[in-house]
Amino acid sequence: MITSSVLVLLGIGFISAVILAVASKLLYVYEDPRIAQVESVLAGANCGGCGYPGCAGAAQGVVEGKAGANVCVIGGDEVAAKVADIMGLEFASTEKQTAFVDCTGGVRAEETYEYHGVADCRAQHMLYGGNKMCPEGCLGYGTCVTACQFGAIEIGPDGYPVVDPNLCTACGGCAQVCPRGVITIRGMTARITHLNELTDCLAPCRQRCPGQINIPRYIEQVSRGDYAGALETIRERIPMPLSIGRVCPHPCEGVCRRGHVDEPVGINMIKRFAADWEMNSGTRLPISCAPETGRKVAVVGGGPAGLSCAFFLRRLGHSPTIFESMPELGGQLRYGIPEYRLPNAVLDWEIEGILNLGIEVRHEHNFGTDFTLKTLEEEGFEAVFLGVGAWMNMNLRIDNENAKGVETGTEFLTKVGLGVDTGIGKKVVVIGGGNTAIDTSRSSVRLGAHVTLMYRRTRNEMPAHIEEIVGSEEEGVNYLFLSAPKRIITDDDGHVTHVEYIKMELGEPDASGRRRPVPIEGSETLIECDTVYTAIGQKPELSCLYDGSGTCTLEETRWRTLGAHPDTLQTALPHVFTGGDMHTGPALVITALGEGRKAARSIHQLLTEGRIHYSSQLQRELIPYTMFTDVPDVGYRRRSELPHQIECDERKCTFKEIEGPLGLADVKHETCRCLRCGLTCYNRDLTEGQECLAEDCVKNP
Amino acid sequence: MDYFVLVISAIFVNNIVLAQYLGNCPFIGTSKESGVAIGMGLAVVFVATMAATITWCVQEYVLGPLDLEYLQTIAFILIIAALVQFVEMFLKKAIPPLYQSLGIFLPLITTNCAVLGIAIICQREKFTLPETIIFSLASGAGFLLALVVLAGIRERLDLARVPISLKGTPLALIMAGLMSLAFFAFKGMAS
Ligand code: SF4
Ligand code: SF4
Repeated sequence: MITSSVLVLLGIGFISAVILAVASKLLYVYEDPRIAQVESVLAGANCGGCGYPGCAGAAQGVVEGKAGANVCVIGGDEVAAKVADIMGLEFASTEKQTAFVDCTGGVRAEETYEYHGVADCRAQHMLYGGNKMCPEGCLGYGTCVTACQFGAIEIGPDGYPVVDPNLCTACGGCAQVCPRGVITIRGMTARITHLNELTDCLAPCRQRCPGQINIPRYIEQVSRGDYAGALETIRERIPMPLSIGRVCPHPCEGVCRRGHVDEPVGINMIKRFAADWEMNSGTRLPISCAPETGRKVAVVGGGPAGLSCAFFLRRLGHSPTIFESMPELGGQLRYGIPEYRLPNAVLDWEIEGILNLGIEVRHEHNFGTDFTLKTLEEEGFEAVFLGVGAWMNMNLRIDNENAKGVETGTEFLTKVGLGVDTGIGKKVVVIGGGNTAIDTSRSSVRLGAHVTLMYRRTRNEMPAHIEEIVGSEEEGVNYLFLSAPKRIITDDDGHVTHVEYIKMELGEPDASGRRRPVPIEGSETLIECDTVYTAIGQKPELSCLYDGSGTCTLEETRWRTLGAHPDTLQTALPHVFTGGDMHTGPALVITALGEGRKAARSIHQLLTEGRIHYSSQLQRELIPYTMFTDVPDVGYRRRSELPHQIECDERKCTFKEIEGPLGLADVKHETCRCLRCGLTCYNRDLTEGQECLAEDCVKNP
Repeated sequence: MDYFVLVISAIFVNNIVLAQYLGNCPFIGTSKESGVAIGMGLAVVFVATMAATITWCVQEYVLGPLDLEYLQTIAFILIIAALVQFVEMFLKKAIPPLYQSLGIFLPLITTNCAVLGIAIICQREKFTLPETIIFSLASGAGFLLALVVLAGIRERLDLARVPISLKGTPLALIMAGLMSLAFFAFKGMAS
């Protein structure tokens, strides 16, 4: 009995062993031993957060090169380092990513219907888009909260999700279930490279800002006294808050929702306050940069566009080198904008901060003569950003235009910027109506001249910023509207003595929508002068792109700017990018800074991924349904004003900065005026969910 | 007709997990996602049928004639373990994605009492070979059904607001209990 039992069991075991042995021969699958090794160091939770079916799948992905060493979303740097070790890779600590909530809607958004049957955001979203008027905003049912396996999200007091960055593993569970795309997983790189999309929570001001700064967020941070946080928010989009805080004509304020109630929020003043706070503290806030990639990029032009591109390239881990033709960096900020608006000391401090990140500069290097695209390539630069600005002046096309004493406004301002003798006379005529004309006039006044500004339309049509026009009037600039120069009259030496001009009247509107000035025959008049500055427009100097034989591989547009893809800023040569005035023609400093970031983003993608991509949902125009003008339940509150540092008489003889920063109380007041808008929601007065309840703000209208 | 009753009884009335309470560990372990549940269920159907068939033959032609029935349990475990090893090798070669998504659950079948239970029930009920095949296939299908239904419920429960202490396995066990109660409604339909 015992013998037969043993024999039977041994027999069954033996037969099984033989079958398995044969099967293992026939069904053998080679498996890289590293898969098992990698799997053994992964966290082992089989959570699927990495997108692979369990840790075994993830390990296989790593060995096949489909996933990086940081595949395990809960393992963190420690596990990544072990995986990298097995795979023979070098491990650099990875950038921390967290879930990022970009919606402040919550209970403030209007409800269109109430449906309590299914308390799940996805069900709500399917049912007529949910219970909120805003088609993109957070529904607030907290489906993300239940989806988070790590307890990192909760619905905050205002009814929208709040992420605890310490618990968040960036596994993406919340982002996956959110039907509105309110939550995304982002680290610094993703935040820097994100372009505004139609589904983002875009307040009107944010839609209009050419730099795409998250305005409501930094205003809210300033209101809480978190100035460092505010600057970090601003520096995710532009590198120069000090300069922009002074010179930006703030197009954002033009569409500020508060403007439909009383006056727009002083957005730029708040930015300036935060930036000044850092400068006055004397210490620089740390600016984070991704680990070095060692990829070299040439940035041609050290103006706002070039500085911005270099700044963001550096933050994304690359090694930019700026090539500048002038002795100092800053471009139009230094040589175009007079010191009374942007003191050199401030600009220097700001540029020093940017260069401190580790950006190399080669001064007095001219593109086209000292180096070319070819030599840059030979030197090992893998991509090139061209941002040489628009320095060439348009001609008046009248007689004697080249007479002695006739100069362009930009030449004059550059001389002032360089601190060399301008040769200005006593009676100056400035021709033009834009900001350069005003800067030229106000600088001439400061150099002791009697200035007349001649413009062919009326004051209402002047392209210059209204505050600038008022400032120039206060400083005694005379205006000659509806007048166009006809010829320059000179003395025997060929020096200007008079400008002959003709009176104009406004006719039919032209293509730009402005009424076209028409000359009144026989109304020619003379005006006496010894210096004439022309400021009727600029364009980029593109001759540097042409080689010896007169050919150019890059495309020129019909406005004589450098042609490039509007979203990626890539030119006809795949590794060459452009931005700023060279691409747009003369435009705002903030536009140039924004283009610098856009180009850095494209270069980064090209260098790291081999291709450039962008969403089909990019926001380019103002989003119509968010531009309503009826803003109920908001009470009147006066707008703060920037204090003048020096009085008008003194202004005429010194280049000292005119305007000072807001005081603390005014800043508080101004931040409280901000309605913290979303696409359609905003803070109403004294309703539940209003975020700014600072006492002095409510009481002090 | 007898086969039909056999199938109904195996799937609904005497469901291997919900009425016999066998195989609870893979039932809870692999019912978090329907994808995995379906894979696991199909694997059990396949292994259970093969195991019951082979063990029936061993019992009929080896253990029975030699009067060694008392070796049933140990011999069956040995056979099922070898079979699962074989299935694992086969899946790895033929259907790698299924193999990967099953992860550690395939080896779990080795010690799956549901499979052993099905094989032993077939002997206890003195089924013929065709009956054994039909019954084990249907029992496997019953396991698959229970697993898929629970996975569906758990996927929804994952997003429900429940007390933290009940989240996950405790709630799954409660659900399994409720499902089991529901299946009692089939009692008496077939023996
Ligand atoms: S973020 Fe998305 S999932 Fe979370 S509460 Fe808002 S709408 Fe719902
Ligand atoms: S109120 Fe605030 S958030 Fe709204 S548009 Fe104005 S500045 Fe932007």
